[in-house]
Amino acid sequence: MSFLLDKMKKMEPLFEKGGRLEKLRSVYNGFATFLYVPDKVTTRGAHIRDYMDMKRTMIIVVIALIPALLFGSYNIGLQHTRAFGIVDWSLMQMFWFGFLKILPLIIVSYVTGLGIEFIAAQIRGHEINEGYLVTGMLIPLIMPIDVPLWMLAVSVAFAVIIGKEIFGGTGMNILNPALTARAFLFFSYPAWMSGDTVWIEGLTKGGAIDAFSGATPLAVVKLDGIGQLPSAMEMFIGTIPGSVGETSVIAILIGALILLVTGVGSWRIMLSMTLGALGMGLLLNLTGGNEYTQIPAYYHLIMGGFAFGAVFMATDPVSAAQTNTGKYIYGTLTGILVVIIRVFNPAYPEGTMLAILLMNVMAPLIDHYVVQANIRRRVKRVRTA
Amino acid sequence: MSTVIRLRKGLNIKLAGKAEKILLPETAVDRFGVRFADFPGLTARLEVREGDRVMAGTALFHDKAYPEIKYVSPVSGVIREVIRGEKRVLTEIVIDRDGESRVDFGVADPLKLTREEVTERLLTSGMWPVLRQRPYHIVARPGTVPRAVFISAFDTAPLAPDIDFIMANVHGNHLQTGINVLSRLTDGKIHLSQEAEGSRVAEVKNLTGVEFHEFSGPHPAGNVGVQIHHIEPVSKGEVVWTVDIQDVVALGRLFDTGFHDRERIIALAGSGVLHPKYHRIRPGASVSGILKANLGEGNHRVISGNVLTGKRIDAAGSIGFYDNMVTVLPEGDYHELFGWATPGLKKFSYWRSFVSKLLPRKEYEMDTNFHGGHRAFVMTGHYENVLPMDIYPIYLIKAIMAGDVELMENLGIYEVAEEDFALCEYIDPSKSELQEIIRSGINLMIKEMN
Repeated sequence: MSFLLDKMKKMEPLFEKGGRLEKLRSVYNGFATFLYVPDKVTTRGAHIRDYMDMKRTMIIVVIALIPALLFGSYNIGLQHTRAFGIVDWSLMQMFWFGFLKILPLIIVSYVTGLGIEFIAAQIRGHEINEGYLVTGMLIPLIMPIDVPLWMLAVSVAFAVIIGKEIFGGTGMNILNPALTARAFLFFSYPAWMSGDTVWIEGLTKGGAIDAFSGATPLAVVKLDGIGQLPSAMEMFIGTIPGSVGETSVIAILIGALILLVTGVGSWRIMLSMTLGALGMGLLLNLTGGNEYTQIPAYYHLIMGGFAFGAVFMATDPVSAAQTNTGKYIYGTLTGILVVIIRVFNPAYPEGTMLAILLMNVMAPLIDHYVVQANIRRRVKRVRTA
Repeated sequence: MSTVIRLRKGLNIKLAGKAEKILLPETAVDRFGVRFADFPGLTARLEVREGDRVMAGTALFHDKAYPEIKYVSPVSGVIREVIRGEKRVLTEIVIDRDGESRVDFGVADPLKLTREEVTERLLTSGMWPVLRQRPYHIVARPGTVPRAVFISAFDTAPLAPDIDFIMANVHGNHLQTGINVLSRLTDGKIHLSQEAEGSRVAEVKNLTGVEFHEFSGPHPAGNVGVQIHHIEPVSKGEVVWTVDIQDVVALGRLFDTGFHDRERIIALAGSGVLHPKYHRIRPGASVSGILKANLGEGNHRVISGNVLTGKRIDAAGSIGFYDNMVTVLPEGDYHELFGWATPGLKKFSYWRSFVSKLLPRKEYEMDTNFHGGHRAFVMTGHYENVLPMDIYPIYLIKAIMAGDVELMENLGIYEVAEEDFALCEYIDPSKSELQEIIRSGINLMIKEMN
């Protein structure tokens, strides 16, 4: 493979300062370091460095998303056959149908987002940040399949520019960029994002068989009562309408396993968010009130975007709480908020997105108090000494 | 015996090339050097010029801020060169060794001297700089009386020498005298920390006048800063001193024999060395003697000190003032195709995404490749896992980057030295230079507090 390296080396001067393609330096650098780990050696500080870098970190998250993507593709096909009364598709046909439907979303997401990242890196004179590799995959997975591509592109641009780059890029953002994209669409085009048809490919154009609603379980509760909910097993496996990646709890759990085994995802947040939601759900089961309070507590964990949010969204290390103690508080409160929003504000059935975004904003405050406690311990030592 | 302080946080880097426990005699070395960078925060004023004859113990330069602190020549010879770097900053004094003449500072029993007499003797003999203080991890300031003195009797850094082996082989029985010297300098205790499973050589075990502590756990358990933090942390306004255990011997030797003689035993280690063994050597000696016919094939980096905190020197460079080992590693100046994506069978890592985590392998070859590019901080909760202190590393780092002195103080800047953050720097997937940031924070504190 050394001819590749030679070719790369030969091209390098073009992209350096004064070179003909100087304006594409960040692009060249991004691809070159992707192909080859550079020959850069340590000059200051520790003489050896761990092999782990941001590329590996981010790619692990992308790998963890693949089960959800694969199942999501299949489910798009499955829901389509159900909606249109198709009975003779094989599993592969359904998967392939779905995959071809989601592929444009992934391409639009990456092209728009990475394009902005490349420009931002070029302006700042930094290297490309790998953060968007994850965001770019997350965004299609939390979108309804029938979202128009231009809407997707606009929301990606909004999320990357307003959600991330103006704060200084990956590592500096306050909100989770993928959720920012989703929230942007949710509030800008509510008719698209909250109807019952957008979740199933082709349904927005009509023509579904009679009596097919296409509503997500969270909407079903509101429309028809909890008696009409799909079975827990169905929601766990994920053969229900919903955003592409969020429906299958099994696929998400495989992803969670990858994140936890590699130590990239925070078990503290996943665990405390689950316990928070479960606890709040149980509490509401006891108190009663409206239709939603009757949903069995564990349903909250398998309905809507909870599992996906807990594993992939709330755990974003940049926008989550950063201290270990803070992570428990952050996770628990997020879990509680998801259930509260779902139950008491049925206008926004998708509580996970809003809960995580709200807690993203609160995370620095949580950390502040955790760090203050550390400072108080230290100051107290001076006084007692 | 005291209870064992068990540290769970930290990381033992399984680096290949550990030194065999064979002690080689001192090799004849002609070139000696004293490097100014070994003393952070020092502004030096020269007392010698090129061509001057010096004895072992003749002052070479002193501290501009504390002129009484003298830095002396380790050997007798002729000043060959005063090397200056950019902006004429002093970098090194090179001495050609010649003869055995040495300054006689006189024999004395430290227990019969006053604190002032002991201090005076240490200052004039050039032995004072072996005393370092926390906060700031700099040469101790004369005139202060430390709350306590801390000595670490084990080293957990990658490939670090076995201190018990060294203490069993050190020339002369001066350790107790050294402890007696220290006891004259503090009203507090002298804390000596040992490894819980250490071999307990008689030389150390039978010491009197010290309080023993036992630590167990991975690196940085052997860092004296970590030990202080768990025995009795440094708060604002307090000063403690630390001394390398081999320098305690040198302190004793000064009073027992009258001579400035810091002869010590170091480990020569690393996968770039053909015969990693222990050597008797004087600080400042060129490493060319011990590296002769001892370097492997290829491009290597010679490091005075350990791989985490040591300084890069060339193959004839001189061993640092405080260092107890020399490490030689292959340089990592190569491209690796999809290097970030490999399963990592042969790649030791802190991170569990490398298959090597599952393997029982005891040692791994490593080189100096940077393994990535600099990024903003993204990952959280991992730096804490390799820093066994009640300190939030990234918050302290960010306070330093923001230049917020009060916040730095509140977050524990007085308790840390750059070596305590070396592991954070090693594991950092964002590849930040954390040790450099910590030192710049310490420098800012020194400036602000004076």
